[in-house]
Amino acid sequence: MSAPVATELRLARAPARSGLLVATSLAVVAVLILPLIFLFVEAAGSGAANAVHLMWRALTVSLLWNTVRLTIVVTLLCAVIGTLAAYGVERTNLPGRRIWAVLVVVPLAIPDFVVSFGWSSLWTWVQGFQGAVLVMTLAVYPLVYLTVAASLRGADPGQEEIARSLGVGKLSTFLRVTLGQARRAILGGCLLVALVILAEYGAFEILGYQTFTTEIYTEFSTGFNVASACALSVVLVVVSLVVLLGESSARGGGRVSRLGPGVQRTMPLRPLGRATLPVLLAYGLLVAAALGVPVGAAVYWMVGGVPAAFTGVSLASAALHTAGYSAAAALLATVMAAPVALLVARHPGRFHQWLERCTFLVLAMPGLVVALAMAYFSERYVNGFAYQTWPMLVLVYAIMFFPLALVGVRASVLQAPIALEEAASSLGVRRLDVFFRVTLPLIAPGLGAAFCLVFLSAATELTATLILIPTGSQTLATQFWAYQKYLSYSQAAPFALTIIAIAAVPSYLLGRFYDRLPARRGVALVPSLVT
Amino acid sequence: MRTGVRTRPLRIGLLFGGAALLSTLVSSCSGAAGKVPTLVLYNGQHEETADLLVASFEKSTGINVEVRNGEDEDYLADEIVTEGSRSPADILYTENSQPLEFLQEKGLLAKVDASTLAKTPARFDSPQGDWVGVSARVSVLIYNPGLISRTALPTTVLQMAEPKYKGKIAIANAETDFEPIVTSVLRTYGRTATLRWLDGLKVNAGIGHTYPDNETIADEVNRGVVAFGIVNQYYWYRLRAEVGASNVHSQIAYFAPRDPGYVLDVSGAGILKSSKHQAEAQRFLAFLVSKQGQEILARSDSFEYPIGSGVKTLQPETPFDDLRPNPINLAELGTGEQATDLLREVQLL
Repeated sequence: MSAPVATELRLARAPARSGLLVATSLAVVAVLILPLIFLFVEAAGSGAANAVHLMWRALTVSLLWNTVRLTIVVTLLCAVIGTLAAYGVERTNLPGRRIWAVLVVVPLAIPDFVVSFGWSSLWTWVQGFQGAVLVMTLAVYPLVYLTVAASLRGADPGQEEIARSLGVGKLSTFLRVTLGQARRAILGGCLLVALVILAEYGAFEILGYQTFTTEIYTEFSTGFNVASACALSVVLVVVSLVVLLGESSARGGGRVSRLGPGVQRTMPLRPLGRATLPVLLAYGLLVAAALGVPVGAAVYWMVGGVPAAFTGVSLASAALHTAGYSAAAALLATVMAAPVALLVARHPGRFHQWLERCTFLVLAMPGLVVALAMAYFSERYVNGFAYQTWPMLVLVYAIMFFPLALVGVRASVLQAPIALEEAASSLGVRRLDVFFRVTLPLIAPGLGAAFCLVFLSAATELTATLILIPTGSQTLATQFWAYQKYLSYSQAAPFALTIIAIAAVPSYLLGRFYDRLPARRGVALVPSLVT
Repeated sequence: MRTGVRTRPLRIGLLFGGAALLSTLVSSCSGAAGKVPTLVLYNGQHEETADLLVASFEKSTGINVEVRNGEDEDYLADEIVTEGSRSPADILYTENSQPLEFLQEKGLLAKVDASTLAKTPARFDSPQGDWVGVSARVSVLIYNPGLISRTALPTTVLQMAEPKYKGKIAIANAETDFEPIVTSVLRTYGRTATLRWLDGLKVNAGIGHTYPDNETIADEVNRGVVAFGIVNQYYWYRLRAEVGASNVHSQIAYFAPRDPGYVLDVSGAGILKSSKHQAEAQRFLAFLVSKQGQEILARSDSFEYPIGSGVKTLQPETPFDDLRPNPINLAELGTGEQATDLLREVQLL
């Protein structure tokens, strides 16, 4: 085992080699927190009294109540559904496990507003709180599923066996040992779910459910007053921070990983027995509701809707823009994430960890807020530079989805043995060459995963796009939104289906990436503000 | 080797994304090549209406128009103020007069050619001549006869706040079309009565029936989710065109003549002082109110009333001359800021 030697070498050389990494990482973090700084400047600068007045009233309370109760209910439901679905696929002899594993993840590719549209266009009772709970649960449970499935796959089977051998019952073992092992993954998945709900706009607009984010949008679109929208955004950012910190402290310490290295023993599958049919039925229902209804509704409206005269941009043009912007954003976010991930993994230290955590602050800002901040920043401070251009839109996507990129890259960086880089260095290879010839190939899968995560998210983004899209262009999401808004369902439908088709590719690749990742790295899908 | 297997799908992903990226870059470069003057239109009007007019204008003048569809016309006006002298916009075309009045108040609009203003009745244009009216429509009640009978409907806007309508009303409190109604009630009955009325409306609409826009109200009334709501007349006609006559389960009803809830809204357009294409922009405005432009509106499924060049709508709507709206003028409707202040005060915003 050469690991200890390698560590010593690394420590000895670390200070000399991290200069460039630190500088690039600092630059990246500066760009990331720019919108946040701007938000506070804008909210504080233009009429603080007005802002306070706007926040200090009953409406704020009812919006907070709407937001919080929905977040809690949906997060709990997702935790249960995501965990059970993952358990069934990973630990039981469920017939067709590999197929179910794909089918339950694919809904990740369906934008929340398309799920919302699908359900509410078919049934009028899907609205308000109940509608929001139903739609959001179906739209985001895969976030819990993915993290928990990865964690269950790598958990130590020995612990369950020991519990059973000590006379602990089956159910009790499941609750105390299995769930205990997956606790961090569940919490991490829940964190993502909660943040998504806090930032969601399109789905709630369709369902007529008011949350803080929809109100910010209303405020920003009514009566020439963007400052008050910024003031409300500050409250939302605070709520999101509370969620982030809450998750971090609930996660707590304690090791759940397997003891000792070595080849992982395959987990014995639990026979479902008589439960097979009901469980299959449950999976069928879940997939029908999360995947079948939105896709079915889109097909229904496309085939059966009234053909209307409204002609927006063509499907091909919108698809091209969506794919182009998303790919550029995915590339940029991945390139930005690489130095930060390398810095934290290769040169651990308090300052570097702190730098990494700063980037998670981005998760607390809804896309609308980031977009507004950047548009106004450009106008106010840099003479309208890049205003309403595609690079600006791409940069905002990259900022919004940076934490996802970081998570993807980090998973691979942690896996790449540093000894190989050091061997190359010791053989006289120059530093930059080491990076391109050794490090890059080693972390390539992670870069690919980061790319897919960001691409998938950008392709389904709506609110920031509505604000920043270059004049004359449309993405699939904005054109769908326009048609949907004008009740041209038959014309909206093909756009919805194309988004799903485009986003399904990266979500399938992602599913495969995490499917192959060893357990402890799988948990790294989940960001953490405080370790 | 495992790594090799693992990277393959991701490599495909990168290829796929890279190709898409490249094609967009190529397409956006080729777009910038043209030398013909291009007007930038900030559009707060319905997209299909603007698209029809723009297509016809481009065809007959050879001038290109790029349309920026804002999520909301108030935001577009706000954006223009922030952009200031650097604004990329040449023209703002809106559904309502308020955003244009707002920009006029800020001194950001250029004077419209007198020949253009002469095409429309003066009462539908900016009193200062800074923007021109293009089309009009009126507020009505949309109701579902399965849930409420015509005779049970309110005939004045004030009745909408009566307790008997609790849970039956839909309003789009944040929609720019709602502001003129509030302003109209405010001008007629004063502040105190208006606040009381809004409070009543808020209770009647409840948490569940405040909607983001008029399309949603029309749709929800039609689907029987809520009994009735207040919208502009054309939303019902548009709904009918979208879903087909056989799927229409709603009707419209007018308020009593001259009722404050019976408001005529004017859609208009103005040119930014900062525009570097003043001559072309003036041609666009002239086109909007020309016989050619107005006939497009008259025939289209926009269902707005043409108001220029003597053109009358060809759609089977109540003839424009038979409408009896509240005779409030556009200056009185103003920027709508008083209305949004009241809406904030009763916490409907």
